[in-house]
Amino acid sequence: MTNAALTKKKRYTQSLWVTVCSLFTAITVGTLLFLFYWIVVGGAEVISWSFITQMPEQNMTAGGIWPALVGTVYVSLLTIAISVPLGIGAAIYLNEYAKQGRLVRLIRLSIRNLSGVPSIVYGLFGLGLFAATFGFGRSLIAAALTLAIMVLPWVITGAEEALKAVPRSFREGGLALGATRWQMIRQLVLPSAIPGMATGSILGLARAAGETAPIILTGAAYYLPIIPHDIKEQFMALPYHLYILATQHSETATVRPIAYGTALVLILLVILLNSVAIFIRNYYRRKNEWL
Amino acid sequence: MGIKEVEPVQINVKEQFEARVSESVRDVFQVEELSLWYGTNQALNSISFSVKEKQVTAIIGPSGCGKSTFLKTLNRMVELNTNVQTRGSIIYQDVDVFDPKVNLVELRSAIGMVFQKPNPFAKSIFDNVAFGPKIHGVRNKKKLKEVVELCLKRVGLWDEVKDRLNDSALSLSGGQQQRLCIARCLAVEPEVILMDEPTSALDPISSAKVENLIEELKELYSIVVVTHNMQQAARISDHTAFFLHGELVEYDRTDRIFSNPQDQRTKDYVTGRFG
Ligand SMILES: Nc1ncnc2c1ncn2[C@@H]1O[C@H](COP(=O)(O)OP(=O)(O)OP(=O)(O)O)[C@@H](O)[C@H]1O
Ligand SMILES: [Mg+2]
Repeated sequence: MTNAALTKKKRYTQSLWVTVCSLFTAITVGTLLFLFYWIVVGGAEVISWSFITQMPEQNMTAGGIWPALVGTVYVSLLTIAISVPLGIGAAIYLNEYAKQGRLVRLIRLSIRNLSGVPSIVYGLFGLGLFAATFGFGRSLIAAALTLAIMVLPWVITGAEEALKAVPRSFREGGLALGATRWQMIRQLVLPSAIPGMATGSILGLARAAGETAPIILTGAAYYLPIIPHDIKEQFMALPYHLYILATQHSETATVRPIAYGTALVLILLVILLNSVAIFIRNYYRRKNEWL
Repeated sequence: MGIKEVEPVQINVKEQFEARVSESVRDVFQVEELSLWYGTNQALNSISFSVKEKQVTAIIGPSGCGKSTFLKTLNRMVELNTNVQTRGSIIYQDVDVFDPKVNLVELRSAIGMVFQKPNPFAKSIFDNVAFGPKIHGVRNKKKLKEVVELCLKRVGLWDEVKDRLNDSALSLSGGQQQRLCIARCLAVEPEVILMDEPTSALDPISSAKVENLIEELKELYSIVVVTHNMQQAARISDHTAFFLHGELVEYDRTDRIFSNPQDQRTKDYVTGRFG
């Protein structure tokens, strides 16, 4: 084969691959857009201020989604309140204090693997440990603890990445001035790592907000048109509400618009959280030249 | 006939006198048989010499010969690397640096360090200098202000930054950053300052400023400075140690190292024949 022919063949192969890849990308993005369009069109009809702020009525065939929204917000906030201190503490320990060796590598590997465990397994785990063994029953706190364990790998990994991004020169500079390890971490490393940690935590939060399986098992209520006043009470949640409206309700056709509305609110909530995370990351990236 | 001709002996009185003076100066560091390994890779091999108080000691040698490693061993910063093993001893003011009972916070407060690449913290100019005093317990705002002003004045940065003390230190030029780092180090009131190629990232004018600063600082501090720049070593240092492949080839007064080195390898190096 001549040289020219070879390059021609190469060029042909290349353009083939580019086409295939673009096609796949188009399919992915297209599906996503279509899905989003579908939900927006379906949900726009019902969504309104009163839809968001009213209790469901007449066996969920009318009224709004207020308790489900509040329930999701409560459980997510609780989840974050539990998982962020734990996760950041673990990341600080693993990254700053622990002697880097086989044990730490093993721990890291386990954490990464935990993030791949199906959420239903976390749900069963939470049901057994928090609801039953700890005696919290099916409740906000049991669900939040379960979700916290579930997002912990994300929070830890995100926080570790953030810590790793802090330049070594800060640490050396601090220690060389006679700072203790904790002073160095607290005053030099953490301020620079917090944006990255916040990003990781919010992404974890977004995931927790959309999870269904773990909360069904550990505390979400089928229909409970009140706002929970105690962490040991059950709660409604958007993803579960959606699941019920779409598949479990006796009149699925009647409640379809409400289901669309619920889906739209949930998606907007998750998009909002993700945007906040992206905003924080970009804002600090611009501010911190070393990142 | 049995009369031997007497060789004319030249006695340089001044040189002998100076030699005696410099020998009588107290030692801040007595390094004995210091060896160091990174894992299995030996970086320092049986280094022995003394660093004199209130003088500038230069460490020269080709890249990778262990200069930075040696410097970082003096305040045990080298231990931040994993798998570091040392043998031998470093006596700092009657204290064995490697003694497990040594308080690293105290040691590193007494032995300041300036890095090759200026490394100001992502804080304001003020907070950079105030960092050391703060972590060592100074809370009084007025006292902190005084310390910051004093240290910035001492490094000649005060007039340049006095109106922007709350700006980020990262907004300073490289030369200013390096002087800020020196000021930050002075604020801890160390006795010794270790400098690892403090001017190699700077332009000639900033370098000259830092060099002048070093000469002023030696009134008050013992200074050990690593440099790749022969002229710089000759200009600013009183003693010079020449390292090669982790070994100390020659240690002497700087004028002798540069005018009359005893070892051929030193001679080759300082005349620029290799390295
Ligand atoms: N963290 C480390 N881990 C393993 N080996 C190291 C480490 N740091 C330095 N070394 C090795 O130790 C030897 C001495 O390194 P060192 O940094 O002290 O040299 P140097 O004289 O300061 O060189 P330069 O002039 O380039 O700064 C080199 O062979 C280097 O490869
Ligand atoms: Mg070096």
